Amino acid sequence: MEDKTDIEQIEIDLLLDAVERRHGYDFREYSRASLTRRLRRLRVDMKKEHISDLIPLVLYGQGVMESLVDGISVTVSEMFRDPYVFKMVREKIVPYLKTYPKVNIWVAGCATGEEVYSLAILFKEEEIYDRVQIYATDINEKSLKKAKAGIYSEDQTKTNTNNYYKSMGRESFNDYYFTKFHKVMMARDLMKNVVFLTHNLAVDRVFNEMQMIFCRNVLIYFSIPLQERVLKLFDDSLCKNGFLALGTKEHIRFSKTEKSFRTVGKKEKIFQKIMPRAGA
Amino acid sequence: MSLSAPGRFRLVVIGGSAGSTIGLPLILAGLPHDLRLPVVVVRHIAPESTWEFFMRRTDADCALTIIEPDDKEPIFGGHVYMAPPNYHLLIERDYTFSLSVDEKVRYSRPSIDVLFETAADAYGESVIGVIMTGANDDGAAGLKKIKERGGYAIVQDPKTAQVDIMPKAAIAACDVDRILPLERIAEALLELERL
Repeated sequence: MEDKTDIEQIEIDLLLDAVERRHGYDFREYSRASLTRRLRRLRVDMKKEHISDLIPLVLYGQGVMESLVDGISVTVSEMFRDPYVFKMVREKIVPYLKTYPKVNIWVAGCATGEEVYSLAILFKEEEIYDRVQIYATDINEKSLKKAKAGIYSEDQTKTNTNNYYKSMGRESFNDYYFTKFHKVMMARDLMKNVVFLTHNLAVDRVFNEMQMIFCRNVLIYFSIPLQERVLKLFDDSLCKNGFLALGTKEHIRFSKTEKSFRTVGKKEKIFQKIMPRAGA
Repeated sequence: MSLSAPGRFRLVVIGGSAGSTIGLPLILAGLPHDLRLPVVVVRHIAPESTWEFFMRRTDADCALTIIEPDDKEPIFGGHVYMAPPNYHLLIERDYTFSLSVDEKVRYSRPSIDVLFETAADAYGESVIGVIMTGANDDGAAGLKKIKERGGYAIVQDPKTAQVDIMPKAAIAACDVDRILPLERIAEALLELERL
């Protein structure tokens, strides 16, 4: 008997080829185990028998791609996740960033924006926000809309508040949001210097010179070759002495870009670029 | 140590929750340093916890190397891999780990179901799944998947579990191969390794 799991992998290969050729989204180098789980769920949600039944929808369906991209790429986060990382940014990195007249920050794969708000709060409290420009990018348009709206479920508030204080927040966290109908709405002025953009790490290019890039818990969804591409993109985007923050279980070991960086925080996974930007 | 080592089984996955702080070290202490089978563990723990305390306590009695795997790390025998807090731990078909921050499954991240299902996908009939004490039904669907793919299922005897909800749910979900008291689980794994 043919192994159903092997057949399913063939279906996924074909679906991803169709998505790429028809719509230009390239998920072929995403970590397969997680992608498989997501496509299985999408198949159930769309009431299809096989994952391959999604292929005609991808080819001919109207408006299917938004839900497909959403189903494949939506991620969840919390504010000030891993508070010790934000503590280090506050105490070690911000003083350095203050030496620049203008600070470009890229939050790559910002999902629903929790980290963007966390950083806006942090920069505001450290009195550097006025010269900061945050570029928050994601492949998922639905997530970006949510990030822009800045409205979150109240359930997360306790975690977010705890994280904020552990990250050495200086003010009172509840000054940064309003609560209404069990929803939390983030203060609008936090978004003053934020621009949200669609950007696909798998295919898109450098769009500005950055002083710091946050890309936390995004590389874990990518295969090693795609991780390599993205790290090269970050290397090309960062100014000399710029910083890169990855997720706490991600690393630049074995990557060709490793030699461009020195480790600032081993546990925090914060790196500083020591080589000049290519072409700069 | 090699992935192509002979034997019917090539991977052990263990899931536990409430009560496993005491039970898990007991299983690990019963395994020799040259265990051919890699052991991968999901325990439900708070996001801010670290394994350091647990590992320091367990390391003394455990002959195997206990680590929290990084993303895309290859899987080797002689190791016990602990899912990091606040991440799902998944197994890829090329026998490496990957991590995700997807939504919680059964209110849990890491989730036992996620590990077991991806282990079943990657290793098929060569997986041994073990469900221990715990206070919810995470792991039951994953163990069922392991059985569907021809793997082997061991559940801690609910009578010897501190909290019996998890082992009972696993037993109800599929036709398990062995129901064992805690202190016999390591011995059973060694027997299976020789097959």
